[in-house]
Amino acid sequence: MLNIRIIPCLDVKNGRVVKGINFIDLVDAGDPVEQAKHYSENGADEICFLDISASLEERNTMINVVEKTANEVFIPLTVGGGISSINNIQSLLKAGADKVSINSAALHDPNIIKKSSEYFGNQCIVVAVDAKKNLNDWYVYSHGGTKNTGLYALDWIEKVEKLGAGEILLTSMDRDGTKSGFDIELLKKVSEFVQIPVIASGGVGKLEHFYEGVKDGKANALLAASVFHFNEISIKEVKDYLLSKKIKIRK
Amino acid sequence: MKQITIVDYGSGNVLSAQKSFVKVTKENNTEARVIISKKLIDIKNSTHIVLPGQGAFSTCMSGLKKTPGLIDELQEFALVKKKPFLGICVGMQMLANDSEENGFHKGLGWIDGHIKALPAKNLKLPHMGWNLVNPKNKNKLINSSENYYFVHSYYFACKNKENILAESQYGINFTSIVVKENIYGVQFHPEKSSSSGLSLIKNFVS
Repeated sequence: MLNIRIIPCLDVKNGRVVKGINFIDLVDAGDPVEQAKHYSENGADEICFLDISASLEERNTMINVVEKTANEVFIPLTVGGGISSINNIQSLLKAGADKVSINSAALHDPNIIKKSSEYFGNQCIVVAVDAKKNLNDWYVYSHGGTKNTGLYALDWIEKVEKLGAGEILLTSMDRDGTKSGFDIELLKKVSEFVQIPVIASGGVGKLEHFYEGVKDGKANALLAASVFHFNEISIKEVKDYLLSKKIKIRK
Repeated sequence: MKQITIVDYGSGNVLSAQKSFVKVTKENNTEARVIISKKLIDIKNSTHIVLPGQGAFSTCMSGLKKTPGLIDELQEFALVKKKPFLGICVGMQMLANDSEENGFHKGLGWIDGHIKALPAKNLKLPHMGWNLVNPKNKNKLINSSENYYFVHSYYFACKNKENILAESQYGINFTSIVVKENIYGVQFHPEKSSSSGLSLIKNFVS
Protein backbone atom coordinates (compact mmCIF):
# COMPACT_ATOMS: atom_id res chain seq x y z
CA MET A 1 0.00 0.00 0.00
CA LEU A 2 1.38 3.37 -1.03
CA ASN A 3 1.24 6.55 1.00
CA ILE A 4 -1.92 8.56 0.43
CA ARG A 5 -1.02 11.79 -1.34
CA ILE A 6 -2.28 15.20 -0.25
CA ILE A 7 -2.44 17.69 -3.12
CA PRO A 8 -3.21 21.40 -2.76
CA CYS A 9 -4.61 22.93 -5.93
CA LEU A 10 -3.98 26.54 -6.96
CA ASP A 11 -6.09 28.44 -9.47
CA VAL A 12 -3.85 30.48 -11.71
CA LYS A 13 -5.01 33.19 -14.09
CA ASN A 14 -2.69 35.04 -16.43
CA GLY A 15 0.28 33.82 -14.40
CA ARG A 16 -1.15 34.94 -11.06
CA VAL A 17 -2.81 32.99 -8.25
CA VAL A 18 -6.43 34.02 -7.93
CA LYS A 19 -7.51 31.55 -5.30
CA GLY A 20 -4.62 30.80 -3.00
CA ILE A 21 -3.24 31.25 0.47
CA ASN A 22 -4.46 34.56 1.82
CA PHE A 23 -3.53 34.19 5.43
CA ILE A 24 0.22 34.45 5.68
CA ASP A 25 2.64 37.20 4.94
CA LEU A 26 3.91 36.13 1.61
CA VAL A 27 5.96 38.83 -0.06
CA ASP A 28 3.76 38.42 -3.08
CA ALA A 29 0.64 36.36 -2.40
CA GLY A 30 -0.23 36.35 -6.08
CA ASP A 31 2.98 34.58 -7.02
CA PRO A 32 2.31 30.90 -7.80
CA VAL A 33 5.96 30.03 -7.14
CA GLU A 34 5.85 31.37 -3.58
CA GLN A 35 2.61 29.58 -2.86
CA ALA A 36 3.83 26.29 -4.29
CA LYS A 37 7.01 26.61 -2.27
CA HIS A 38 5.03 27.24 0.91
CA TYR A 39 2.93 24.13 0.38
CA SER A 40 5.92 22.01 -0.52
CA GLU A 41 7.73 23.07 2.65
CA ASN A 42 4.63 22.28 4.68
CA GLY A 43 4.28 18.70 3.55
CA ALA A 44 2.31 18.71 0.30
CA ASP A 45 3.03 15.54 -1.67
CA GLU A 46 2.31 17.16 -5.01
CA ILE A 47 1.19 20.54 -6.29
CA CYS A 48 -1.54 21.15 -8.83
CA PHE A 49 -1.89 24.34 -10.89
CA LEU A 50 -5.21 24.85 -12.56
CA ASP A 51 -5.01 27.46 -15.30
CA ILE A 52 -8.27 29.34 -15.49
CA SER A 53 -7.06 31.95 -17.98
CA ALA A 54 -9.63 33.05 -20.47
CA SER A 55 -7.43 33.54 -23.53
CA LEU A 56 -4.62 31.79 -25.29
CA GLU A 57 -2.18 34.67 -24.69
CA GLU A 58 -2.88 34.56 -21.00
CA ARG A 59 -2.45 30.82 -20.95
CA ASN A 60 1.00 31.01 -22.53
CA THR A 61 2.27 32.64 -19.35
CA MET A 62 1.82 29.26 -17.64
CA ILE A 63 4.98 27.91 -19.28
CA ASN A 64 6.93 30.65 -17.57
CA VAL A 65 5.24 29.98 -14.22
CA VAL A 66 6.07 26.27 -14.48
CA GLU A 67 9.71 27.01 -15.28
CA LYS A 68 10.08 29.31 -12.31
CA THR A 69 8.31 26.84 -10.03
CA ALA A 70 10.66 24.06 -11.05
CA ASN A 71 13.57 26.21 -9.86
CA GLU A 72 12.24 26.25 -6.33
CA VAL A 73 9.88 23.35 -5.81
CA PHE A 74 11.11 19.77 -5.80
CA ILE A 75 7.93 17.73 -5.61
CA PRO A 76 5.76 16.58 -8.52
CA LEU A 77 3.82 19.31 -10.30
CA THR A 78 0.61 18.77 -12.25
CA VAL A 79 -0.72 21.42 -14.59
CA GLY A 80 -4.28 21.47 -15.89
CA GLY A 81 -6.71 23.82 -17.56
CA GLY A 82 -7.07 24.57 -21.22
CA ILE A 83 -4.64 21.95 -22.45
CA SER A 84 -5.58 21.30 -26.02
CA SER A 85 -2.75 19.66 -27.96
CA ILE A 86 0.26 17.38 -27.84
CA ASN A 87 2.48 20.44 -28.42
CA ASN A 88 0.88 22.07 -25.44
CA ILE A 89 1.64 19.04 -23.27
CA GLN A 90 5.19 18.84 -24.53
CA SER A 91 5.99 22.45 -23.72
CA LEU A 92 4.59 22.11 -20.19
CA LEU A 93 6.55 18.92 -19.51
CA LYS A 94 9.67 20.48 -20.97
CA ALA A 95 9.24 23.50 -18.72
CA GLY A 96 9.30 21.21 -15.70
CA ALA A 97 5.75 19.93 -15.13
CA ASP A 98 5.61 16.24 -14.26
CA LYS A 99 2.03 15.62 -15.27
CA VAL A 100 -0.68 17.35 -17.20
CA SER A 101 -4.36 17.10 -16.50
CA ILE A 102 -6.62 16.99 -19.55
CA ASN A 103 -10.35 17.57 -19.48
CA SER A 104 -12.22 19.24 -22.36
CA ALA A 105 -9.65 18.28 -24.98
CA ALA A 106 -10.16 14.61 -24.10
CA LEU A 107 -13.93 14.96 -24.38
CA HIS A 108 -13.51 16.70 -27.70
CA ASP A 109 -11.02 14.14 -29.05
CA PRO A 110 -10.39 11.10 -26.83
CA ASN A 111 -7.44 10.13 -29.00
CA ILE A 112 -5.32 12.82 -27.40
CA ILE A 113 -5.14 10.51 -24.35
CA LYS A 114 -3.80 7.62 -26.41
CA LYS A 115 -1.36 9.76 -28.36
CA SER A 116 -0.01 11.63 -25.36
CA SER A 117 0.31 8.61 -23.08
CA GLU A 118 2.14 6.65 -25.78
CA TYR A 119 4.44 9.54 -26.44
CA PHE A 120 5.16 10.79 -22.91
CA GLY A 121 4.27 7.73 -20.81
CA ASN A 122 0.96 7.21 -19.05
CA GLN A 123 2.33 8.44 -15.71
CA CYS A 124 2.25 11.99 -17.17
CA ILE A 125 -1.35 11.93 -18.28
CA VAL A 126 -4.06 12.70 -15.77
CA VAL A 127 -7.61 12.80 -17.07
CA ALA A 128 -9.88 15.15 -15.13
CA VAL A 129 -13.49 14.05 -14.95
CA ASP A 130 -16.21 16.38 -13.66
CA ALA A 131 -19.14 14.21 -12.62
CA LYS A 132 -22.64 15.15 -11.49
CA LYS A 133 -25.53 13.01 -10.38
CA ASN A 134 -28.63 13.19 -12.47
CA LEU A 135 -31.52 10.99 -11.29
CA ASN A 136 -29.75 7.79 -10.33
CA ASP A 137 -26.59 8.02 -12.35
CA TRP A 138 -23.47 10.11 -12.67
CA TYR A 139 -22.82 11.94 -15.91
CA VAL A 140 -19.74 13.68 -17.22
CA TYR A 141 -20.10 17.44 -17.35
CA SER A 142 -18.04 19.86 -19.39
CA HIS A 143 -17.50 23.63 -19.37
CA GLY A 144 -16.83 23.83 -15.65
CA GLY A 145 -19.75 21.63 -14.73
CA THR A 146 -22.41 23.48 -16.65
CA LYS A 147 -23.00 21.21 -19.62
CA ASN A 148 -24.08 17.58 -19.47
CA THR A 149 -22.17 15.65 -22.13
CA GLY A 150 -24.62 12.77 -21.85
CA LEU A 151 -21.75 10.36 -21.14
CA TYR A 152 -22.14 8.07 -18.15
CA ALA A 153 -19.20 8.77 -15.83
CA LEU A 154 -18.20 5.12 -15.48
CA ASP A 155 -18.39 4.51 -19.25
CA TRP A 156 -16.17 7.49 -19.90
CA ILE A 157 -13.71 6.53 -17.17
CA GLU A 158 -13.45 2.99 -18.52
CA LYS A 159 -12.69 4.43 -21.92
CA VAL A 160 -10.02 6.87 -20.76
CA GLU A 161 -8.30 4.13 -18.77
CA LYS A 162 -8.20 1.94 -21.89
CA LEU A 163 -6.82 4.82 -23.91
CA GLY A 164 -3.89 5.13 -21.51
CA ALA A 165 -4.75 7.64 -18.78
CA GLY A 166 -2.33 7.32 -15.87
CA GLU A 167 -4.64 8.75 -13.22
CA ILE A 168 -8.18 10.00 -12.83
CA LEU A 169 -8.82 13.35 -11.17
CA LEU A 170 -12.42 12.89 -10.13
CA THR A 171 -14.37 15.99 -9.15
CA SER A 172 -17.91 15.80 -7.87
CA MET A 173 -19.68 18.84 -9.27
CA ASP A 174 -22.44 18.30 -6.71
CA ARG A 175 -20.02 18.64 -3.84
CA ASP A 176 -17.48 21.10 -5.24
CA GLY A 177 -17.46 24.22 -3.05
CA THR A 178 -20.03 22.85 -0.58
CA LYS A 179 -17.60 21.67 2.13
CA SER A 180 -19.98 18.79 2.84
CA GLY A 181 -17.44 16.07 2.07
CA PHE A 182 -16.48 14.05 -1.00
CA ASP A 183 -19.21 12.20 -2.88
CA ILE A 184 -18.20 8.89 -1.32
CA GLU A 185 -20.63 6.80 -3.31
CA LEU A 186 -19.21 8.06 -6.61
CA LEU A 187 -15.62 7.92 -5.40
CA LYS A 188 -15.91 4.31 -4.21
CA LYS A 189 -17.58 3.23 -7.44
CA VAL A 190 -14.81 4.73 -9.55
CA SER A 191 -11.90 3.65 -7.30
CA GLU A 192 -13.03 0.06 -7.29
CA PHE A 193 -13.75 0.12 -11.01
CA VAL A 194 -10.34 1.25 -12.34
CA GLN A 195 -6.79 -0.05 -11.97
CA ILE A 196 -5.18 3.38 -12.14
CA PRO A 197 -4.96 5.78 -9.15
CA VAL A 198 -7.92 8.03 -8.38
CA ILE A 199 -7.51 11.55 -7.01
CA ALA A 200 -10.60 12.67 -5.10
CA SER A 201 -11.69 16.27 -5.46
CA GLY A 202 -14.64 18.45 -4.53
CA GLY A 203 -16.35 18.99 -1.22
CA VAL A 204 -13.70 18.69 1.45
CA GLY A 205 -14.52 20.88 4.47
CA LYS A 206 -13.16 19.18 7.56
CA LEU A 207 -10.57 16.65 8.67
CA GLU A 208 -13.02 13.73 8.78
CA HIS A 209 -13.72 14.22 5.08
CA PHE A 210 -10.14 13.42 4.17
CA TYR A 211 -10.35 10.20 6.17
CA GLU A 212 -13.68 9.21 4.60
CA GLY A 213 -12.22 9.77 1.14
CA VAL A 214 -9.52 7.19 1.80
CA LYS A 215 -11.35 4.76 4.10
CA ASP A 216 -14.75 4.64 2.40
CA GLY A 217 -14.05 6.21 -0.98
CA LYS A 218 -10.80 4.24 -1.50
CA ALA A 219 -9.07 7.25 -3.07
CA ASN A 220 -5.31 7.14 -3.66
CA ALA A 221 -4.87 10.89 -3.37
CA LEU A 222 -6.88 13.80 -2.02
CA LEU A 223 -7.01 17.19 -3.65
CA ALA A 224 -8.28 20.32 -1.94
CA ALA A 225 -8.15 24.05 -2.52
CA SER A 226 -10.03 26.43 -0.29
CA VAL A 227 -9.63 24.62 3.06
CA PHE A 228 -5.88 24.97 2.62
CA HIS A 229 -5.85 28.46 1.14
CA PHE A 230 -8.03 29.93 3.86
CA ASN A 231 -6.03 28.17 6.55
CA GLU A 232 -9.08 26.32 7.81
CA ILE A 233 -7.00 23.16 7.82
CA SER A 234 -3.25 22.81 7.33
CA ILE A 235 -1.62 19.98 5.43
CA LYS A 236 0.14 18.99 8.64
CA GLU A 237 -3.20 18.67 10.44
CA VAL A 238 -4.54 16.46 7.69
CA LYS A 239 -1.48 14.26 7.85
CA ASP A 240 -1.47 14.00 11.64
CA TYR A 241 -5.16 13.16 11.59
CA LEU A 242 -4.81 10.48 8.91
CA LEU A 243 -1.83 9.03 10.72
CA SER A 244 -3.85 8.80 13.95
CA LYS A 245 -6.42 6.85 11.94
CA LYS A 246 -3.68 4.47 10.74
CA ILE A 247 -3.68 5.72 7.17
CA LYS A 248 -0.27 5.56 5.48
CA ILE A 249 1.08 9.00 4.66
CA ARG A 250 4.48 10.61 4.17
CA LYS A 251 5.59 12.47 7.27
CA MET B 1 35.35 23.69 -9.50
CA LYS B 2 33.04 20.76 -9.99
CA GLN B 3 31.32 20.01 -13.23
CA ILE B 4 28.13 18.03 -12.94
CA THR B 5 26.79 16.88 -16.27
CA ILE B 6 23.21 15.75 -16.77
CA VAL B 7 23.38 13.51 -19.81
CA ASP B 8 21.08 14.82 -22.50
CA TYR B 9 19.97 12.11 -24.90
CA GLY B 10 16.38 13.13 -25.53
CA SER B 11 14.83 11.59 -22.47
CA GLY B 12 12.41 13.17 -20.06
CA ASN B 13 12.67 15.89 -17.56
CA VAL B 14 16.37 16.83 -17.58
CA LEU B 15 15.54 20.36 -16.53
CA SER B 16 14.20 19.30 -13.12
CA ALA B 17 17.32 17.24 -12.52
CA GLN B 18 19.54 20.18 -13.42
CA LYS B 19 17.59 22.57 -11.22
CA SER B 20 17.80 20.27 -8.21
CA PHE B 21 21.58 20.03 -8.55
CA VAL B 22 21.87 23.79 -8.99
CA LYS B 23 19.78 24.31 -5.85
CA VAL B 24 21.89 21.91 -3.79
CA THR B 25 25.27 23.24 -4.90
CA LYS B 26 24.17 26.85 -4.38
CA GLU B 27 22.83 26.15 -0.90
CA ASN B 28 26.04 24.44 0.11
CA ASN B 29 28.31 27.01 -1.46
CA THR B 30 29.83 24.34 -3.63
CA GLU B 31 31.47 25.81 -6.67
CA ALA B 32 29.93 23.85 -9.46
CA ARG B 33 28.76 24.09 -13.01
CA VAL B 34 25.66 22.02 -13.69
CA ILE B 35 25.20 21.45 -17.39
CA ILE B 36 22.91 19.47 -19.65
CA SER B 37 24.96 17.97 -22.45
CA LYS B 38 25.77 14.99 -24.63
CA LYS B 39 29.08 16.33 -25.93
CA LEU B 40 31.93 13.92 -25.35
CA ILE B 41 34.21 16.72 -24.24
CA ASP B 42 31.76 17.70 -21.50
CA ILE B 43 31.50 14.10 -20.31
CA LYS B 44 35.29 13.89 -20.24
CA ASN B 45 35.63 17.08 -18.20
CA SER B 46 32.97 16.17 -15.66
CA THR B 47 33.56 15.44 -12.01
CA HIS B 48 30.05 13.95 -11.61
CA ILE B 49 27.66 12.46 -14.13
CA VAL B 50 23.92 12.05 -13.83
CA LEU B 51 22.06 9.79 -16.23
CA PRO B 52 18.34 10.53 -16.08
CA GLY B 53 15.72 8.43 -17.84
CA GLN B 54 12.02 8.46 -18.48
CA GLY B 55 9.81 6.38 -20.71
CA ALA B 56 10.54 2.98 -22.22
CA PHE B 57 13.87 1.20 -21.64
CA SER B 58 14.51 0.53 -25.33
CA THR B 59 13.76 4.14 -26.29
CA CYS B 60 16.25 5.34 -23.70
CA MET B 61 18.94 2.89 -24.86
CA SER B 62 18.48 3.95 -28.51
CA GLY B 63 18.71 7.57 -27.37
CA LEU B 64 22.09 6.89 -25.78
CA LYS B 65 23.34 5.05 -28.87
CA LYS B 66 22.32 7.89 -31.17
CA THR B 67 25.30 10.04 -30.21
CA PRO B 68 28.40 8.27 -31.57
CA GLY B 69 30.93 7.52 -28.86
CA LEU B 70 28.68 8.62 -25.97
CA ILE B 71 28.41 5.18 -24.35
CA ASP B 72 32.19 4.65 -24.68
CA GLU B 73 32.85 8.01 -23.06
CA LEU B 74 30.45 7.22 -20.20
CA GLN B 75 32.17 3.87 -19.72
CA GLU B 76 35.54 5.53 -19.62
CA PHE B 77 34.22 7.92 -16.96
CA ALA B 78 32.46 5.36 -14.74
CA LEU B 79 34.34 2.09 -15.25
CA VAL B 80 37.91 3.18 -16.03
CA LYS B 81 38.31 6.51 -14.21
CA LYS B 82 35.76 5.40 -11.61
CA LYS B 83 34.29 8.86 -11.05
CA PRO B 84 30.94 9.42 -9.30
CA PHE B 85 28.03 8.37 -11.49
CA LEU B 86 24.30 8.48 -10.68
CA GLY B 87 21.54 6.86 -12.73
CA ILE B 88 17.97 7.97 -12.07
CA CYS B 89 14.87 5.84 -12.83
CA VAL B 90 15.38 4.35 -16.32
CA GLY B 91 18.90 5.81 -16.07
CA MET B 92 19.38 3.36 -13.19
CA GLN B 93 17.73 0.50 -15.04
CA MET B 94 20.04 0.93 -18.03
CA LEU B 95 22.96 -0.07 -15.78
CA ALA B 96 21.59 -3.66 -15.86
CA ASN B 97 22.42 -6.39 -18.37
CA ASP B 98 19.01 -6.36 -20.00
CA SER B 99 15.31 -5.54 -19.69
CA GLU B 100 12.13 -7.43 -20.44
CA GLU B 101 10.13 -4.23 -21.04
CA ASN B 102 8.35 -4.63 -24.41
CA GLY B 103 10.48 -7.58 -25.53
CA PHE B 104 14.14 -8.14 -24.72
CA HIS B 105 16.64 -5.31 -24.79
CA LYS B 106 20.29 -5.11 -23.82
CA GLY B 107 21.42 -2.57 -21.26
CA LEU B 108 24.85 -1.16 -20.41
CA GLY B 109 25.65 -4.19 -18.23
CA TRP B 110 27.67 -2.29 -15.62
CA ILE B 111 25.84 -3.91 -12.71
CA ASP B 112 24.70 -7.52 -13.07
CA GLY B 113 20.95 -7.95 -13.08
CA HIS B 114 17.77 -7.92 -15.13
CA ILE B 115 14.96 -5.40 -15.40
CA LYS B 116 11.68 -7.17 -14.72
CA ALA B 117 8.03 -6.14 -14.52
CA LEU B 118 6.64 -5.47 -11.06
CA PRO B 119 4.04 -8.16 -10.38
CA ALA B 120 0.66 -6.41 -10.55
CA LYS B 121 -1.33 -8.64 -8.16
CA ASN B 122 -3.91 -6.31 -6.67
CA LEU B 123 -1.73 -3.24 -6.84
CA LYS B 124 -2.02 -0.30 -9.15
CA LEU B 125 0.69 0.20 -11.77
CA PRO B 126 2.76 2.20 -12.38
CA HIS B 127 4.04 2.25 -8.82
CA MET B 128 3.53 6.00 -8.51
CA GLY B 129 3.86 8.05 -5.36
CA TRP B 130 5.86 8.29 -2.15
CA ASN B 131 7.32 5.13 -0.69
CA LEU B 132 9.92 4.19 1.89
CA VAL B 133 13.49 3.44 0.87
CA ASN B 134 15.26 1.26 3.43
CA PRO B 135 19.06 1.23 3.35
CA LYS B 136 20.68 -2.18 3.86
CA ASN B 137 23.88 -0.83 5.39
CA LYS B 138 25.88 2.28 6.01
CA ASN B 139 26.45 4.24 2.82
CA LYS B 140 27.22 7.59 1.29
CA LEU B 141 23.76 8.42 -0.08
CA ILE B 142 21.16 7.92 2.65
CA ASN B 143 21.34 7.43 6.42
CA SER B 144 17.92 6.14 7.35
CA SER B 145 14.60 4.97 5.91
CA GLU B 146 12.86 7.86 4.21
CA ASN B 147 10.15 8.49 1.64
CA TYR B 148 11.01 9.22 -1.97
CA TYR B 149 8.89 9.75 -5.05
CA PHE B 150 8.58 6.78 -7.42
CA VAL B 151 7.15 6.38 -10.92
CA HIS B 152 7.87 3.01 -12.53
CA SER B 153 6.43 -0.36 -13.55
CA TYR B 154 9.72 -2.29 -13.83
CA TYR B 155 12.42 -2.98 -11.27
CA PHE B 156 16.08 -3.92 -11.07
CA ALA B 157 16.49 -7.57 -10.06
CA CYS B 158 20.11 -7.56 -8.85
CA LYS B 159 22.19 -10.66 -9.36
CA ASN B 160 24.62 -9.91 -6.54
CA LYS B 161 23.51 -8.97 -3.06
CA GLU B 162 26.43 -6.60 -2.57
CA ASN B 163 25.00 -4.32 -5.28
CA ILE B 164 21.79 -3.78 -3.31
CA LEU B 165 22.17 -0.57 -1.33
CA ALA B 166 18.49 -0.09 -0.43
CA GLU B 167 15.16 -1.83 -0.86
CA SER B 168 11.53 -0.78 -1.02
CA GLN B 169 8.28 -2.66 -0.88
CA TYR B 170 5.45 -2.64 -3.38
CA GLY B 171 3.86 -6.04 -3.61
CA ILE B 172 7.38 -7.44 -3.46
CA ASN B 173 10.65 -6.27 -1.95
CA PHE B 174 12.63 -4.70 -4.75
CA THR B 175 15.95 -2.90 -5.06
CA SER B 176 15.47 0.85 -4.96
CA ILE B 177 19.17 1.83 -4.90
CA VAL B 178 21.97 -0.11 -6.61
CA VAL B 179 25.66 0.49 -6.03
CA LYS B 180 28.94 -0.69 -7.42
CA GLU B 181 31.96 1.23 -6.19
CA ASN B 182 31.55 4.75 -7.66
CA ILE B 183 28.34 3.91 -9.55
CA TYR B 184 24.93 4.55 -8.00
CA GLY B 185 21.47 4.05 -9.40
CA VAL B 186 18.19 5.13 -7.81
CA GLN B 187 14.80 3.85 -8.97
CA PHE B 188 12.97 6.87 -7.53
CA HIS B 189 13.26 10.56 -8.42
CA PRO B 190 15.46 12.46 -5.93
CA GLU B 191 14.81 15.64 -7.92
CA LYS B 192 11.10 15.28 -7.03
CA SER B 193 11.51 14.01 -3.48
CA SER B 194 11.56 17.29 -1.58
CA SER B 195 14.14 17.64 1.21
CA SER B 196 14.96 13.90 1.33
CA GLY B 197 15.80 13.98 -2.36
CA LEU B 198 17.88 17.13 -2.11
CA SER B 199 19.90 15.66 0.75
CA LEU B 200 20.61 12.53 -1.31
CA ILE B 201 21.82 14.75 -4.14
CA LYS B 202 23.98 16.69 -1.68
CA ASN B 203 25.53 13.46 -0.43
CA PHE B 204 26.22 12.31 -3.97
CA VAL B 205 27.94 15.57 -4.92
CA SER B 206 29.97 15.95 -1.72
